[in-house]
Amino acid sequence: MADFMQQVVAGLASGSIYASLALALVLIHRATGVINFAQGEMATLSTYIAWSLTTNHGWNYWPAFAVTLLLSFLGGVGIHQGVIRPNEKGSVLRVVIVTIGLLILINGLIVMIWSGEVRAVQSPFPTRTIEIGGVAISIQDIGTVGVVLATVVALWLLFQYTKIGLAMRAAAVNPAEARLVGVRVTWMLSLGWGLAAVLGAVSGMLAAPSLFLDPNLMAALLIYAFAAAVLGGIDSPLGAVVGGLILGVGLNLLGTYVDFVGADLRLPGALLVILVVLLVKPSGLFGHREVKRV
Amino acid sequence: MTALLTLDGVEARYGPVQALRGISLEVPEGQIVAVLGANGAGKTTTLRAISGTVRRSGTITFAGKPLRGGPEAVARAGIAHVPEGRGTFTELSVVENLKLGGYVRRDRELRTDMDRISEWFPWITQRANQPAGTLSGGEQQMLAVARALMARPRLLMLDEPSLGLAPMIVREIFRIVRELNARDGLTVLVVEQDARIALDTASSAYVLEVGRVAVEGPSEQLREDESVRRSYLGY
Repeated sequence: MADFMQQVVAGLASGSIYASLALALVLIHRATGVINFAQGEMATLSTYIAWSLTTNHGWNYWPAFAVTLLLSFLGGVGIHQGVIRPNEKGSVLRVVIVTIGLLILINGLIVMIWSGEVRAVQSPFPTRTIEIGGVAISIQDIGTVGVVLATVVALWLLFQYTKIGLAMRAAAVNPAEARLVGVRVTWMLSLGWGLAAVLGAVSGMLAAPSLFLDPNLMAALLIYAFAAAVLGGIDSPLGAVVGGLILGVGLNLLGTYVDFVGADLRLPGALLVILVVLLVKPSGLFGHREVKRV
Repeated sequence: MTALLTLDGVEARYGPVQALRGISLEVPEGQIVAVLGANGAGKTTTLRAISGTVRRSGTITFAGKPLRGGPEAVARAGIAHVPEGRGTFTELSVVENLKLGGYVRRDRELRTDMDRISEWFPWITQRANQPAGTLSGGEQQMLAVARALMARPRLLMLDEPSLGLAPMIVREIFRIVRELNARDGLTVLVVEQDARIALDTASSAYVLEVGRVAVEGPSEQLREDESVRRSYLGY
């Protein structure tokens, strides 16, 4: 039983990393209507910046974390304004291809600046475990879940209780109408890209200590995040979070208790989730249902 | 009487189709003006040209200044446009719709205005947290009007408020528009298919035909006009 709980907590930790990146995908999908294939590489770039600040420039972890989030936000806004916006008038396919171009570009940029070497990244949390109710839980896992939850709650408060959050939601659900009430829709979409970049940075920085940092850090994570987003419903922020946690716990338990599912079968497992959800219930667990009159 | 809004030779097109072929009209401050005409005459496009949701040429003057830019700029200039087919955010709640209506305002009196709105539309308070999409058609149209009022506009533009609604609800909506005009001096430009109720509400009207103004004048005069009666009033 204790072992089971331990696996659940470890699953929640990796699940929250998927959730954060999945939420980034959902934010952009709601705002721009596309899957941002460069989301993973943007997150990797953010993680390199944080690593560089701490390792090469001697910063403490949390100041580097905060500055990285800020830079990621500005980068996300900049990418939308500079690269996505000029292509938004075209077809959805055009924007998708632009994001694939960004993926390749950012990946190349990372190799150019930091080389392809694998780097060890320090964790902000101690590697000790603490015992809660007879279950040994790693502090790093708790910290990971905690940071993601704090980010998600902060975002939720922003969207639910601030004027700008309301304007962002309005711009995403009905841009034409939003412009009529005076919302500057393009800037709201840029803010969405900025926030998505922040979420990606959070997931990258939390993933790096256990996965090690290399230019392809987020390639596999993007698949998990995509599976989480599809599972939760690609338009549902809540779905992305729940989907991420379910996927994290589910894959971890499968890997532990089902003999033939080793670490090698985790990624195919995620792909299977994508396939099954799209076949059986394309709207996912929390996907958009038509609002009905009462 | 000074004109709040003046259109002079306004043209607009959708791709190769020219929808407005030089519209000139005036909306005097504190008056209700109606735009009538058959389907495809350019009524809706006229409002879209004013709010900047279609590309337009010609001169539009609002409150003495040239009106330029997209809908965001027009909304900031003080024009609230309730588009055809209920201008609501169906996925957002009633109260969120109202808050968005006041988005361009910098003052902090949204609360008092919210109270004022619920005097006009008493049901709104009980439905505050319901998604706008769950309201009936008539309620959505009223919410769209209420949302526009939240901006405290100098000009309210209504596009076919009667569309798809029961006659009783249509009369209720026009009654509210008349009262807003009488009590608060709100200037209104209304596009309407139902010429009878529009002429009963407005002090003057313009009749459009294929993108041009065909007939214009005070409402009483248009009601007596033979061609208007035959084409639009059906008696």
